[in-house]
Amino acid sequence: MTGLFGLSEPMAALAAVLIPLFGGGLVLALGKRPNRREAATLGTSGLLFLVVLSLLGPVLDGARPRLVLAEPLPGLPIYLEVEPLGLLFALVASSLWIVTSLYSIGYMRGHHEKNQTRFYLFFAVAISAAMGVAFSGNLFTLFFFYEALTLCTFPLVTHHQTEAARKAGRVYLGILLSTSIAFQLLAIIWTYSLAGTVEFRPGGILAGTGASGTVAAILLALYVFGIGKAAVMPFHRWLPAAMVAPTPVSALLHAVAVVKAGVFSVLKVCVYTFGWEFITDTGASDLVIWAAAATIILASLVAFTKDNLKARLAYSTISQLSYIVLGALLANEWGILGGGMHIAMHAFGKITLFFGAGAIMVAAHKTEISQMKGLGRTMPITFGAFFVGALSIIGVPPAGGAWSKWFLGLGTLEAGQVGLLAVLMVSSLLTLVYLLEIPVKAFFLSPEGGKGSTGIKEAPLTSLIALTLTALASIILFLQPKILYDLMSLVVGS
Amino acid sequence: MINHLPILQVIVPLMAAPVAALVRKRGVAWFITVLATWASLAIAVLLLLDVRDGGTIRYALGGWAAPWGIEYRVDTVSAYVLVIVAGIGAIVTPYALLSVRREIGVKQAPLFYSALLLCLCGLLGITITGDVFNLFVFLEISSISAYALIAMGPDRRALHAAYKYLIMGSIGATFIVIGIGMMYMMTGTLNMADLARLLPSVGGRTVTVAFAFLAVGISLKLALFPLHQWLPDAYAYAPSTVTAFLASTATKVAFYVLLRVVFSVFGVVFAFETMSLHWALLPLAIVAVLFASLTAVYQGNVKRLLAYSSVAQIGYMILGVSLATVTGLTAGLLHLFNHAVIKGALFLAMGAVMYRVGSVRIEAMQGLAKRMPWTMAAFVAGGFSLIGVPLTVGFVSKWYLVLGAIENDMWLVAFFVLVGSLLAVAYIWKVAEAAYFKDYIGDLDVREAPLGLLVPMWALVVANFYFGVDANLTVGVARQAAELLLGVGP
Repeated sequence: MTGLFGLSEPMAALAAVLIPLFGGGLVLALGKRPNRREAATLGTSGLLFLVVLSLLGPVLDGARPRLVLAEPLPGLPIYLEVEPLGLLFALVASSLWIVTSLYSIGYMRGHHEKNQTRFYLFFAVAISAAMGVAFSGNLFTLFFFYEALTLCTFPLVTHHQTEAARKAGRVYLGILLSTSIAFQLLAIIWTYSLAGTVEFRPGGILAGTGASGTVAAILLALYVFGIGKAAVMPFHRWLPAAMVAPTPVSALLHAVAVVKAGVFSVLKVCVYTFGWEFITDTGASDLVIWAAAATIILASLVAFTKDNLKARLAYSTISQLSYIVLGALLANEWGILGGGMHIAMHAFGKITLFFGAGAIMVAAHKTEISQMKGLGRTMPITFGAFFVGALSIIGVPPAGGAWSKWFLGLGTLEAGQVGLLAVLMVSSLLTLVYLLEIPVKAFFLSPEGGKGSTGIKEAPLTSLIALTLTALASIILFLQPKILYDLMSLVVGS
Repeated sequence: MINHLPILQVIVPLMAAPVAALVRKRGVAWFITVLATWASLAIAVLLLLDVRDGGTIRYALGGWAAPWGIEYRVDTVSAYVLVIVAGIGAIVTPYALLSVRREIGVKQAPLFYSALLLCLCGLLGITITGDVFNLFVFLEISSISAYALIAMGPDRRALHAAYKYLIMGSIGATFIVIGIGMMYMMTGTLNMADLARLLPSVGGRTVTVAFAFLAVGISLKLALFPLHQWLPDAYAYAPSTVTAFLASTATKVAFYVLLRVVFSVFGVVFAFETMSLHWALLPLAIVAVLFASLTAVYQGNVKRLLAYSSVAQIGYMILGVSLATVTGLTAGLLHLFNHAVIKGALFLAMGAVMYRVGSVRIEAMQGLAKRMPWTMAAFVAGGFSLIGVPLTVGFVSKWYLVLGAIENDMWLVAFFVLVGSLLAVAYIWKVAEAAYFKDYIGDLDVREAPLGLLVPMWALVVANFYFGVDANLTVGVARQAAELLLGVGP
C-alpha cells in the first residue's frame, strides 16, 4: 500500500526526518533572499505535515511501518518505527511548525533580529531531530535523536550571542547533556544488559527478565531524571535559562518540540520499555512519582513569583510537563491516556501563550507582567487568544486541556492515589491564578501613565494569524478530541 | 615473499630509517618515509586478513626454531594492533611534510624522519614478536627514538619534557627487563608461548615478583595514573606530527604489552585470581579517568589538555582489562583503536592550528572558527567522538565499557565512566566555545590550513564516524581478540 506521493509508509517515516533537513538546506541556499527563504520554510513545514498526516490512516488501521537505517553495533540497529504515541507527537510538532513559521516571519522581522538564516536553518534541523525522536524504534535511536535535538537547539538558545545568552547556553547544554549521559545512557545500557534488546515493544521488554522491584525502581528513576528534557526537578534549570532565545524558539521548541520530546520519551519508556503492568506489579514508580508531584506544585509556586512573562510561562511549562510524567508513572490506562493527550493539549495552549508573549514584546516592547495593565484594550486579539490558551492550560472548558486533566484525575483515582489527585487540584488552582492574572490585568486595569495614546498597535499580521489559529485549535480540541483519544487508546489497548 | 611478511613488517621501516637519514634532502627523506609507512600498512593489513580466520602465524627468525631462536607470532590481537599502528603511521606521515617544514630545521628534518621510522619499527616490533627479550629490545628502540623526536619540538621546553620522559621511560624499561630476567631465571626460556607453558609449574615468590616488576614497568610506559607524569609535557611540547603519532600509537602498544604479559604469558588465573590484578588496576583506572579529565578541564594549552585527556582514556582501556571479562576486554581493545583515531584527529587539528597561528593556547583560538572553519570543525567532530556521542567511535567504546561494568554488577564504575564523558564535554566545550563564540583577535593573515594538513586530519575524522556508524568490523575483531586472550575462543 502506498500513501502520499507514492511513498510507502516506512519511506514516509524517513521522509518526515529528511524533509526538514532538506528544508534547512533550502533555507541556507536562499539565505540572501528573505522572501524566498521564508517561503521555503513554510513550504517544507506544510509538506512535512502532509507526510506525517498520511501516516495517520495506516497507523489507526494497525500498521506499524518500520525502517532500519543502520546497525552500528551488532544487535543494536538504528531504526524508525511509527506507532500511535509517536505519531501523536509528530502530528503536534509538525502542525505547530507551520504555525510557528508563520509567526516567526512577523516576529523576526518586526523585532529586527540578526542572523535570521541561521535561525531558520537550525530551527528546521531541530524539527528533523524531533521527528526522529517521535519515530524512534528503539532506545538507542531515541537517544541519538534526543542528543541531536539538544545540540542543534543550542545555536538557537544562544542566538543573540550576548554574554547572557552564552551563560544560558552553558546551563542548557550542561544540564541536558549531563543528565542524558550520566543517567539516561546508563539506564539504556543497563536495560540492554537486562533484556538483551532495547527495542520498543508493546507490553515492555523488562517483564520476565528477573529484574527485581528495587532494580526496576532505580532504573525508572534513572530514566525520569535522565530525560532532562522532561524538566522534572531538580533538573529543570535549563528551561528558564533557555528563555533568552527569541520567542518563536521558546514557543515551538521550549513549549513543544524539545520539552515534549522529553515527556514523550518518558511515556514511551513507561509504555514500551517497562510496560505499565510491569511498573504496577513491581511498584517501580511509587517513589519517583512524588518527584513529579513535587515539581507540579513547586514550579507553580515559583511561577507565581515571576514578573517576567516568559519566565512565568517557563515555570508553568515545567509544572505542566510533570503532569505528563505523572500520568506516565501512574502506569494505568487513564494516566497514560491523559498524559498522551496532554502532550497535544498543553502544546497548543502553551504555544498560544508564548506567541502572545512574543507579540506583546514586538508590538509594545513589554516583557514584565506588571507593565501590561490595560494593554488588552489596544491588543484585544492577542490577549483574547492568550485567555483561551490560559484556559486550556488550567484545564477548564471550553478548551482542550479539560480532557487531558480529566483523564489524569481519573488515573490518580484508578491508582488509588488521592494525594496525587489533591496535588493536581491544588496546582490547577495555582495555575488559574497566575495565568489569568495576565489577561485580567490587561483587560480590566487602566494603563499606567494615563489614557493618552501610547502608539501601541496590534502585533504583525502573520503573528496574529498564528496565535489566533492555535487558540482556535485549543477550542477545537475540546470539541473534537477523538483523534487524540483514538491514537492513545491504541497505545493503552496494546 | 608472502611467508616472510612478519619479518618484512619490521624490516621495511628499519631499513628505510638509515636511508632517510643518509639522503640529506628533506623532501626525499619524507617520500621514503611515506613509502615505508604505507608499505608497512599494506603488510599489516595482509597479516590481519591472514589471521582473521582464527589462525596464528609463527615465523622463526633465521630459521632457528623457538625456543632457541626468536619467534614472531601473529594472531588476531597482534595483527589488530599492527594495523592500528601502521595505519596511524600512514596517515600521519603525509601530514608531516608541511608540519615538519614549519616546525623543524632543514638539517634536522631527515634525521627526524629517520627517528620517526625507527619509532614505528620499534612499535611494530613490540607487537609482532613472540619473545619477551626481543620485545624489550624493540621497546627500547621505540622509546629512544621517541625521546629524540620529542626533543625536536619547536619549544625549548621540549628538551626538558624529553629528558623527563627519558628518565621515567628508562625506569620503566629497567623494571621490565628485571621482570624478564627473573622469568628467564625460573624457566630458562624467553619465548612467550614457552613461558606460558612453564610458569604455572614453577610458581613461587620469584614469579610473583617478576609479575609485579613487569606490571609496574609497563604501567609506567602506558602512563597509567599515577605513573603518567611524563606524558603531558611530552605531548604538549613535541612537534605536532610526533604528538599525533605517539598519542595514537605508543601508549596503545604499551597497553598491548600489558595484555600479552598478563593474559598470554602469566594467564588469567594467575593474574586475576592469585595476584588480584584487577584490584590494583580498577581503582587506578577510575582515578585516572576522573582525575586526569578534571585536570584537563583546567589546562590553557590545548595539546596539554588533550594529553591529560589521553591519560583519562588510558584509564578507560585499563578499566576494560580489569573487568577481566570478554565484554570488558572487548571494550578495552575497541578503545585502543577508537582512541587512536579520536586523538589522532584532535592532535592533527591542533597541528594545523600550530601551523597557521603558532600557538595552541586557548586564547589563541578565540574566534578561530571563522578563519579556519575546517580545522575547528574537525576538532569539534573529534571532540564529539571523545565525548561519546552516538554514531561516533567513542560511543561504541563507552557502550561496551559500561555494558561490561554492568555485567559485573559494578554500577558505580559504570557511572564513573559516564561522568568521565561529562568531563570530556567540559574540556572540549572550552575550546569550542572559544573558537565559535568569541571574536577573532589574532593576525589578519591567518587562513585555513593547507590541504596537505586537512586531508589526513579529515581522513581520521571520517574514520571516527565511519566506524561509529558501522562498528561491526571493529567489534568483531576486538571480540575475537578478547576471546583469544581469555582463552574462551568460539
